Amino acid sequence: MSAGVGSTEPVLSRAGAGARHLYVHLPFCAHRCGYCDFVTVVGRGGQHAAYVDALLRELELERASLADQVETIFLGGGTPTFTALPELLRLLEALPPAEDVTVEANPETVTPELAAALRSAGVTRVSLGAQTFKPELLQVLERVGGPDDVRRAVHHLRDAGFDNISLDLIYGIPGQSAADLDADLDGALALEPEHLSCYELEAKPGTRFTHAWGAELERQAEALEDYFERVVDRLTGAGYRWYETANFCRTDASGRDLRARHNLAYWLGRDYLGLGIGAVSTIEGLRLRNTPGLARYLGALAAGQLPEREVECLDEDVRARERVMLGLRLDEPLLVDGLRSALDPAGLERAEGLGLAVESNGSLTLTRRGRFLGGGVTAEILA
Amino acid sequence: MEQGRIRNFSIIAHIDHGKSTLADRILEVTEAVSAREMRDQLLDSMELERERGITIKAQAVRVSWKGHELNLIDTPGHVDFTYEVSRSLQACEGALLVVDAAQGIEAQTLANAYLAIENGLEIVPVVNKIDLPAADPDGTSVEVADLLGDDPTRVLRISAKTGIGVGDVLDAIVERVPPPAGDSAAPARALVFDSSYDQYRGVVAFVRMVDGSFSTREGLRTMATGTRFDAEELGYFSPTMTPVETLSAGEVGYVITGLKDVSLLRVGDTLTSVKQPASEPLPGYKDVKPMVFAGLFPTDSDEYPELRDALERLKLNDAALFYEPETSNALGFGFRCGFLGLLHMEIVRERLEREFDLDLLVTAPNVAYRVKEKNDVDFIEVHNPAEFPREVEEVEEPYVAASIIVPKEYVGAVMELNNERRGTFEKLEYLSPERVHLTYELPLAEIVLDYYDQLKSRTRGYASFDYDLAGFKLGNLVRVDVLVATEPVDALSLIVHRDFAYDRGRLLVEKLREEIPRQMFDVAIQAAIGARVIARETVKAKRKDVLAKCYGGDISRKRKLIENQKKGKKRMKQVGAVEVPQEAFLAVLNIGQGQKS
Repeated sequence: MSAGVGSTEPVLSRAGAGARHLYVHLPFCAHRCGYCDFVTVVGRGGQHAAYVDALLRELELERASLADQVETIFLGGGTPTFTALPELLRLLEALPPAEDVTVEANPETVTPELAAALRSAGVTRVSLGAQTFKPELLQVLERVGGPDDVRRAVHHLRDAGFDNISLDLIYGIPGQSAADLDADLDGALALEPEHLSCYELEAKPGTRFTHAWGAELERQAEALEDYFERVVDRLTGAGYRWYETANFCRTDASGRDLRARHNLAYWLGRDYLGLGIGAVSTIEGLRLRNTPGLARYLGALAAGQLPEREVECLDEDVRARERVMLGLRLDEPLLVDGLRSALDPAGLERAEGLGLAVESNGSLTLTRRGRFLGGGVTAEILA
Repeated sequence: MEQGRIRNFSIIAHIDHGKSTLADRILEVTEAVSAREMRDQLLDSMELERERGITIKAQAVRVSWKGHELNLIDTPGHVDFTYEVSRSLQACEGALLVVDAAQGIEAQTLANAYLAIENGLEIVPVVNKIDLPAADPDGTSVEVADLLGDDPTRVLRISAKTGIGVGDVLDAIVERVPPPAGDSAAPARALVFDSSYDQYRGVVAFVRMVDGSFSTREGLRTMATGTRFDAEELGYFSPTMTPVETLSAGEVGYVITGLKDVSLLRVGDTLTSVKQPASEPLPGYKDVKPMVFAGLFPTDSDEYPELRDALERLKLNDAALFYEPETSNALGFGFRCGFLGLLHMEIVRERLEREFDLDLLVTAPNVAYRVKEKNDVDFIEVHNPAEFPREVEEVEEPYVAASIIVPKEYVGAVMELNNERRGTFEKLEYLSPERVHLTYELPLAEIVLDYYDQLKSRTRGYASFDYDLAGFKLGNLVRVDVLVATEPVDALSLIVHRDFAYDRGRLLVEKLREEIPRQMFDVAIQAAIGARVIARETVKAKRKDVLAKCYGGDISRKRKLIENQKKGKKRMKQVGAVEVPQEAFLAVLNIGQGQKS
């Protein structure tokens, strides 16, 4: 594996099947939340059109890297729905058709007009950043919207015909009690979303949030320890499937698979193309990360060039390790055929001995307790 | 040089009382080196010695003074090397006893002065640093004269730093120290008082010719170990190596042996000629035995071969270092090493880390025990608590005669410390109205951990301390084992007096609970004597350990996090299913002796 810089060649110039999954990064936000460490840009209303131009130019240059038939598209951010609506729609219209098109949205940006526009532009799924239903905790997170915005947004989306809505929740917020968490889970369940993502708040080093709240979180650490179990218990109790470490979906009577199809592609180790600043692509053993600089990105594409990218070569071994790391996040058994080199037999034996993992008939599964300790177990099992 | 014009002497002084400065000044005054060539502390050749202000390896330097040949034999300055000091002193007829005019006599000065008196040396008392504002030359002179039964007016007053009185010191050596008495016609006998290893020339022996003479290329033999070799080169230091054709009775010099192993030529042994051997060796040879033992393990188990090579190379220059391979169920492959004492251990460890760039885990030191198992008649010597039998008939442990000099107001504090350490009071004497000399008998095991630190802190740094081994004595000792998740951890076993077993065991498991990170299951930590658990703590299992989210943009970063977690696991030592960090094995070092600290 080696990391380098400066590739401005298209990812695929050779004859490959191409990625069937497309990620598009829309970095614009009304406000940068303290805990956020994504590539975001505040304001810059004047640059939305230029940015969409650049995205479409990049898509054109990378078209050979995409499969003829694209399965999923994911518009993430940033706040994709903060992008000026005409620009957002222009982008959606120019993207290749796909079976699943997900857009991330902040609740306060979802109006009936936006919902209807997204629907008619071919969006099939919306992922709403609810985070918490308690106003004080939203303030800690520096979120702009309020709890009612979430409820309203869901209704607008339902009215527009969306039958696949996901809510994001964050737990372990400074000051959040166990009862607060239960109330958040109840609040989310009441909206009957098809899908829920629940993340423990990560106070990442260097963020403004960690500076402000790091010490408080340390103090709370012990109390927060069983929140993850609480989330899983509550949601599986309500009939949701805990299909990935942090993701839950309804088991639909009609037999629809309501897992996040785009994200599932990551966890299954499939190739994907990423467009936009800071976006990452993984195609045929190469991983490329676009420059996170907006000006550099716009400048390169305005000149008809691909943006600067960091390149990482993923050899067989690294790919196998990633398959194990990602595969063990899922509730489905991981087929170990071809991944043996990435496994540490002694570690696997220890994990099995502790009742954290089970290997049988060539597939590996974490037990329920193993999944709560998934990071440690993976470190144990990986060669 | 005719024997009557030779003077062999050494300098006895406490650390920092000015031995090296005086040696430097002597070289300068006798013009052995020009001022321009002068390098501070010339005799201390090793970097480590310089930093610690001590001298490990003795050397000898020949200078001329008013038609006489003076050989200055340098002596090691610490208790661990008493035997080496005694050999160096045996090579001399006289000694300068240097005492700091502001500090007075210290325990170490006393120990070495007695050693010199026992060896029949003429002692020339010197009070140094008379130029310092805090100096009390009169008081110190009286103290020194009292010690030697000498007249205070015969005590020389100097400042080695400024050079005042250094010429008088050299005159006194010529006048007071007798010339060497050996028989130049008798079969050759030379005392090996030190040796060192040179990677190109092999073992270099530092010798004092007592009788007869050696010639270059002559066949020589050591009388105790029976090693034979040809003298590749003879010579002396002035201070650079100066080859000569012969070394004759009374002279001090070096012999290049070409030997590749320093253990073939032991300090204290007698060299004689193969052709015309002496019938009796010189008296006083002892096979020095290590008394303090510790396990040395590479932090990274892949470095085992490097550690082995490094120990082999250190051993070339340090005959007192002992080592043998040790396998620990917790720490893997390493070596059980034996040392003369704590300082010796510290020096070896620092040299391994500094000169050989090794990362080491050193287990808590323990002493040598003599153990008789149930139904056995013989005592066996045990160097490792893990090999200490659980059922013993009798155990003996080494004791030391400890000598402590302290201002009188701290006598109570010292007595309290010594009582806590199972000491037996022997003697108290006033050296002056203010300073007291205490003599105690203490188990060596009680001073190997933190005795010296405690002594210093309880006396505000005023106490000085020295000890001499005083044989083995019966002890009421038990082996305390530590079990982590029911697995005994050999590297944490300790031997302790039965009365302290409960306290030490409890402190140790408490310390371990803090050091062992939470695992994926509950971990019980127990201290036990045999099958009886005397203390227990639990490290509660982790309830969660996941990376919150992982999508396309951060797979690389998350992979690296997991890989780092894996690396962290690899750095830990595996005890059964439990990952124990290296630091935990040092917990036993930090529990003191089970008393207040």
